[in-house]
Amino acid sequence: MAIIIFATILCLLISLVADKQKTLEGIKRGLKMFLNLLPALLTVLFLVSVFLYLIPEKAIMEYLGTGSGFPGVMTAALVGSISLIPGFVAFPMAGILVSRGVSYTVVAVFITSLMMVGIITLPLEIKYFGKRAAIMRNALSFFGAMIVGLMIGLFL
Amino acid sequence: MTDKKLLKDYFWVILFAVFIIGSLSLGFEPGLKIYANFSQFFLEMITFLPLMFLLIGIFDVWVPRERIEIHIGHGSGLIGMFWVILLATVQPGPLYGAFPVAYILSKKGASVRNIFIYIGAFSCMGIPMYTFEIGFLGLKFWFLRFIFSLLVFVLIGVIMEKYVGKDFKVMEVE
Repeated sequence: MAIIIFATILCLLISLVADKQKTLEGIKRGLKMFLNLLPALLTVLFLVSVFLYLIPEKAIMEYLGTGSGFPGVMTAALVGSISLIPGFVAFPMAGILVSRGVSYTVVAVFITSLMMVGIITLPLEIKYFGKRAAIMRNALSFFGAMIVGLMIGLFL
Repeated sequence: MTDKKLLKDYFWVILFAVFIIGSLSLGFEPGLKIYANFSQFFLEMITFLPLMFLLIGIFDVWVPRERIEIHIGHGSGLIGMFWVILLATVQPGPLYGAFPVAYILSKKGASVRNIFIYIGAFSCMGIPMYTFEIGFLGLKFWFLRFIFSLLVFVLIGVIMEKYVGKDFKVMEVE
């Protein structure tokens, strides 16, 4: 987090020196994005709070923690494939889950499948790519997300 | 923003607020514990998120998008691959946002492989999103996911080109 704070302050200063008008426009855009995402963020934070209350820490460690194995990875891939959560909300949520014992592998599978696999948007994708290509792309991405997570698990 | 839209966006938030206020005044145990979780997460987020969005806003005004789009279609090989990834990274978005651009890429003559690489990179590799990934999951996690997902996209692109054929075209959707 320290890197990000440092980067923000540095970029803000450079930008301010280079072009004051543009910087103000950027600040406005950023804050507007933040306000637009706030309701979704609050909703997800609340759902995560409820989830963490209902599921005891021990169960999280066992089913989604390090060494939870295939069931944890499969659950993450399935939930990620059907959810439509903006990345700006998914990452804060992932951070919370990791701090509560969910493994990096599970979180990586969840995030990658969330972004690459779209079951809800599949009808739209079929219109652009046809049934055959759309289904194949989603299937490959589903397994791809699991591979990404498992590889990350080898290093973290 | 109209009041009606505001109410719709915050519908669940208001419902939760009512639940929490009720729990606090009645001393409802589960509600109190959920609130303890929530307030901890909320405080964490509210200190960092506005700052991260400032960085994204600054990025948004400074990146020259038009200049990159010109290069699309120029060569469908490795150079083309580089440009589609770059385009996706500076202008990322949700998966469904990639489809219309995939159509334009297809029309402009990008290879089938590069079109599918673009879709993966667009949904997964956005620079604005990196801010969040590094901030909440750490530099090492970000770096590993970057490398492995890039390999997976390229592999998916190669397999898709074999599967649907080099002459595959993305359809226009009105």
